[in-house]
Amino acid sequence: MATVWLGGCAGCHMSFLDLDEFLIELADAVDLVYSPVVDVKDYPENVDLCLIEGAVCNEDNLEILHKIRARTKVLVSFGDCAVTGNVPAMRNQLGIDNAENVLQRAYIENAQNNPAVPKADGIVPQLLENVRPVHEMVYVEYFLPGCPPPAARIKSLVAQLLAGAVPKQEGEQLKFG
Amino acid sequence: MAAKTLTIDGKQISAEENETVLQAATEAGIKIPTLCHLEGVYDVGACRLCIVEIAGTPKLLPACTTKVAEGMEVKTDSERLRKYRRMILELLFAERNHVCAVCVSNGHCELQALAYSLGMEHVRYDYTFPKWSVDTTHRLFGMDHNRCVLCTRCVRVCWHIEGAGTKNVSGRGAKSKIITDLNQSWGTSDSCTECGKCVMACPTGALFQKGSTVGEMERDRDKLEFIVTAREKKQWIAD
Repeated sequence: MATVWLGGCAGCHMSFLDLDEFLIELADAVDLVYSPVVDVKDYPENVDLCLIEGAVCNEDNLEILHKIRARTKVLVSFGDCAVTGNVPAMRNQLGIDNAENVLQRAYIENAQNNPAVPKADGIVPQLLENVRPVHEMVYVEYFLPGCPPPAARIKSLVAQLLAGAVPKQEGEQLKFG
Repeated sequence: MAAKTLTIDGKQISAEENETVLQAATEAGIKIPTLCHLEGVYDVGACRLCIVEIAGTPKLLPACTTKVAEGMEVKTDSERLRKYRRMILELLFAERNHVCAVCVSNGHCELQALAYSLGMEHVRYDYTFPKWSVDTTHRLFGMDHNRCVLCTRCVRVCWHIEGAGTKNVSGRGAKSKIITDLNQSWGTSDSCTECGKCVMACPTGALFQKGSTVGEMERDRDKLEFIVTAREKKQWIAD
């Protein structure tokens, strides 16, 4: 199993850590082969399940997403940013120059010292023209909305997947925001 | 008034002849999903969520604007209806910028509730991310066009309960927009009585009380029905 953090606030991963004692059960059932919480640099081959937090915002996000799709059996869009684009995608509303505009706003207009847009090829990834939800870029098997999805809902989905079931989200199990 | 006999979901029902399929179903305890429908004002069939199957016609008809008829056979739930209802909802979400996580109505939103009831865990259509404005020029209320589903509830309560005629619709299709008076900022309106009925009626977070933040906007929609019942039937019934 793997988890990945694209363009999001890490809140979904915080919620994942909120699984408390279920994390111990989970550790017995799976190997966490790639995640912001483990020190593995390259996404491995033949991963069964990957939870994807965050929207697709920059070139790095897109590159690793394609790698993940190619190397993983089941992808789960994990949280509202992955499922809908959510807050990161709000820049899309600013139109064609939105990436340029948000960089100007953040690093020039609001800068107190040394105003400059960070630029370091190969280190700081370029923003994509538009922020997109994960399933608009690659095929996604399952969706777990929520901002963030609370631990109980993560547990329910992961437990169903571990049991080999098609996860069902009904009633209380389904919520955006 | 003459009564009509019809069947809804296999159940024999008697309804008054001027009633709609939605009214007849509601009286019989059969729930049909609705969005633009609001108790107290007339129906316009804007959202199409209440579509039903009627034997003898290949078209799906909105229950809120279709009148009952003798011998009518209505189906309110089927695989086909659920497929189209979910499609309609997904198109509504894709057409504007519905960002639940930062919305005043998060958790109290009729659009969200419908999405959950139809099992919408993602939107299959590409989001359009259009550019819409937020009008906060009014002293008490705000209007965020990003969250508007064009149900026209606000327009109907403004014209037909309050009688002010401040809210209107301009444009066509996805570019339609709820406007104030002659398409001016709300704060400059001469006709707005500041009654707040539009805010009470709104199913999403498009209309809100200023000062409310994420998830804080709860509405008292029963008040609208109460006013209309009191006016038309002289019955002052409140829960």
